[in-house]
Amino acid sequence: MADEIQTPADVVIIDTGCANLSSVRFAFERLGARVEISLDEATLRAAPRLVLPGVGTAAAAMASLKARGLDKLIPTFTQPVLGVCLGMQLLMTSSKERGAENTDIPCLGIIPGEIRELRSNGLPLPHMGWNRLNTSAHPLFNGLSTADWVYFVHSFCAPESSYTIASCEYGEAFSAAVARGNFMGVQFHPEKSAAAGAKILKNFLGLTLADLPKCALQQGSVEPV
Amino acid sequence: MLAKRIVPCLDVKDGKVVKGVQFRNHEIVGDIVPLAARYAEEGADELVFYDISASARDAVVDKSWVSRIAERIDIPFCVAGGIKTAAQAREILAFGADKISINSPALTDPSLIRRLHDEFGRQCVVVGIDSFFDAQSGDYTVKQFTGDEAATRSTRWHTLDWVEEVQRQGCGEIVLNVMNQDGVRQGYDLTQLSKVRAVCDVPLIASGGAGTMAHFAEVFSEARVDAALAASVFHKGIINIGELKQFLASQGIAVRLTE
Repeated sequence: MADEIQTPADVVIIDTGCANLSSVRFAFERLGARVEISLDEATLRAAPRLVLPGVGTAAAAMASLKARGLDKLIPTFTQPVLGVCLGMQLLMTSSKERGAENTDIPCLGIIPGEIRELRSNGLPLPHMGWNRLNTSAHPLFNGLSTADWVYFVHSFCAPESSYTIASCEYGEAFSAAVARGNFMGVQFHPEKSAAAGAKILKNFLGLTLADLPKCALQQGSVEPV
Repeated sequence: MLAKRIVPCLDVKDGKVVKGVQFRNHEIVGDIVPLAARYAEEGADELVFYDISASARDAVVDKSWVSRIAERIDIPFCVAGGIKTAAQAREILAFGADKISINSPALTDPSLIRRLHDEFGRQCVVVGIDSFFDAQSGDYTVKQFTGDEAATRSTRWHTLDWVEEVQRQGCGEIVLNVMNQDGVRQGYDLTQLSKVRAVCDVPLIASGGAGTMAHFAEVFSEARVDAALAASVFHKGIINIGELKQFLASQGIAVRLTE
């Protein structure tokens, strides 16, 4: 008998302890990818690419990451990492979504920027539904056009900055996606964005470090805040 | 620009999709997963599943079908019916639902909205409101336990007051169902929806009365709702979602057109 061969996953979803990891898993599985959900450091380090999901509030999610030691671990990852929705926000420096706390919530500090309330200019909040992207040349958006719609649900946002790789408009322009080196984040839900979202996830599955823009981080150059 | 959403509602009873007229005489219209997948492919922007028997019967309902939907479809969906506790909501969200919607249990205990908000975030918490127009008094009032005609009862809430209260408690979206219009396909209640819109700062979904494509156009342009929910016109094949969205686009309404 041959040794049992452990099939490596194409993507590992970081088990943040927050609800609803299954939607992201199902979306990758619809693309034929092998998906694993894990909290194990060795598994996470060996993964070809990682997803940082997130729902709920920044305060609760950061508390959960800390309880699992992920706040120290995640910034040291060197493979492509995709944060989704709150997962994107957690990559930034801090968040004003305080929950029950009295001060701003320190986040992972991988991508500089502060999460604050979306200034919707009188439009209903949360920003909920399908909206269009202004994408950059980042490889995550290969094959996407401004005619494509993606699904958003959020009340807080990352303002536009030099790390913005796609923007969206709802009362104001904000970052629909950010990137710094091997870390990427999308404010919308590609796993719920029909064909356009599937295209983005497929792009992510095909990404290697060599594809990422030259502003790539040097390994280990990021200190957690 | 944010697209106006078209939301087919699938009323679920004993694991099947059903539809009645003015909440009565439920008939089976199909299996859940194939119907959900078909609507997603036609261009539905979101789906709502109401387990209509659950609240009225005080039953614990098997929700494993939620996971089968999440595996198959790639648009957001909301599950409603019989959710009375954070633990029940947690289970449904873990199965892959994007939002949970509460109706009768919120009327029994409005603080349930706050507890769900605190644990899952505002964006997960939808409140469904069954509003009834009393032609004699001219009042809009909220009904409870509408899933079962025998159990349906009036509440002390005027609709506009309840709309304000559920927002104070932290809901992230409101589905306003006008009971008088439900299933009769005579058009949305634009007067009532406009009044609710004026006091509603969260996304508002119109429900009850869609019969023609023009009804959808007018509820978006006149009542300025964010989404329009309908059931029978889609289940009975009276309106095709793809054609509806082409029509709305031709009327200058922002919609997500698919291939």
